[in-house]
Amino acid sequence: MAYSEKVMDHFANPRNVGEIPDASGVGEVGNPKCGDIMRMYIKVDGDVITDVKFKTFGCGAAIATSSMATELIKGKKIEDALKLTNKAVMEALDGLPPVKVHCSVLAEQAIKAAVSDYYKKMGIDPSPLVGEIPECESCACDLH
Amino acid sequence: MARFIYADNAATTPVSKTVLEAMEPFYTQYYGNPSSLYSVGRAAKKPLEQARETVAECLGALPNEIFFTSGGSESDNWALKGVAHELAKKGKKHIITSKFEHHAILHSCEALEKEGFEVTYLDVHSDGLVRVEELEAAIREDTAIVSIMYANNEIGTIQPIAEIGAVCKKHGVIFHTDAVQAVGNVHIHVKEQNIDLLSLSGHKFHAPKGVGALYIRNGIKMPNLIDGGAQERGRRASTENVAGIVGLSVALKEACANIDERAERLIKMRDRLIDELLKIERSHINGDRVKRLPGNINMCFEGIEGESLLLSLDLKGICASSGSACTSGSLDPSHVLLAIGLPHEIAHGSLRITFSEQNTEEDVDYILEVLPNIITYLRSMSPLWEEIKSGEKQYSQKIF
Repeated sequence: MAYSEKVMDHFANPRNVGEIPDASGVGEVGNPKCGDIMRMYIKVDGDVITDVKFKTFGCGAAIATSSMATELIKGKKIEDALKLTNKAVMEALDGLPPVKVHCSVLAEQAIKAAVSDYYKKMGIDPSPLVGEIPECESCACDLH
Repeated sequence: MARFIYADNAATTPVSKTVLEAMEPFYTQYYGNPSSLYSVGRAAKKPLEQARETVAECLGALPNEIFFTSGGSESDNWALKGVAHELAKKGKKHIITSKFEHHAILHSCEALEKEGFEVTYLDVHSDGLVRVEELEAAIREDTAIVSIMYANNEIGTIQPIAEIGAVCKKHGVIFHTDAVQAVGNVHIHVKEQNIDLLSLSGHKFHAPKGVGALYIRNGIKMPNLIDGGAQERGRRASTENVAGIVGLSVALKEACANIDERAERLIKMRDRLIDELLKIERSHINGDRVKRLPGNINMCFEGIEGESLLLSLDLKGICASSGSACTSGSLDPSHVLLAIGLPHEIAHGSLRITFSEQNTEEDVDYILEVLPNIITYLRSMSPLWEEIKSGEKQYSQKIF
């Protein structure tokens, strides 16, 4: 299995690693049993995501997709961040091996989870805006 | 890149210089078909039979009990399916193996189950060892074959082979061992250990890939693997891989000539690395510390995922391996680590380092210089680490 140079770059030098102590929203997706967990922190000002950080437990692709996803939504409006698809994350990384596609899905879901959390804190029902975030849906592993 | 360290010798090994030199003439000079009568054919036939004698000698077998194959998986498939099919004719349709065998055995068992065979998968305890008394208790009237690996490919634990052989002999059951990881690393004597069939693979001990052997004790009947020629006494047709077979015999002779001296050196390196790595908080050694291959180190680091650990090591020039799902190409972590009772979350964070005689104490130094920092870094990035560190993290099952 070969990773693209971009994946290796984002794995070796991940962007936006860390936490935001006074985050506007925090989202966590994945399951440690499957070997992937992403936690994303966003700072929102008005309708713009002004800062974003992540912490990820997972494989090289999980770290690289987290890093790329944060880059793609930083400074963007919330509505644009919600439009970010796993496909766009993959394309930005010059592709992922087929078995790693679920990592990009997790990255997309982590953003949605963080935005949901932000809406909830604002007293807004996130479901019509963000949609459902399925539990470990992409992973498809049976949790023994 | 500061250095390059190959520390994945359980996956494969480089072909040694003497082996390569021994093989070369069989590609260019003595290229004849060993079945041919003329000079270049005869010139290939003799070394082929000498190679068979050498391999037999290294295993305590007779030359006519050695059958060259394409490698370990072929030998395992032939041994298990061959004996099972032969003895099914006598109504014996039960097989005993362990839960942490190589997939060449486990998948062969699954294939045989589909044909109507029944398989008992023995537990391997947390020390990575099967219990002889549990094996004996599992033997039935209709047990055809017991197949237990000599040494595990991931955690390197060495099974009580002679004791298992004695129990099988006592009950009149055929005993096969997948010795792919053990051959060349430990002293093997098939007669003294009552081994009926033994699989080995050349590329694990500095011979080339694509050549192996199966020892079949005289008197054991099983169907031919490949029909179509008189090679390998008619049991496995196909023009012999003469160069590969010669290479295998030279490599095996080299490996067996200094088992004790090499083991002493590797055990020192292994134990120093394990001792130092165990100083990292929330790290664990997998498998018995003493009853393991001299060059095998297998550890788990909580809060770490194996693939990112391997990629980070690779960036520093270190080649190692892991039992994480991401490196196994499936969604489950290593069946070996699950078999010894590790929870999924921890099995994802395993690291296997396997040394051969080409590794040095300096390699250990360099790994110790690099690895703890990588673990600290990956843990700092992990959303789970704080919880694990504080002991709040609950695993899906009890650990250690």
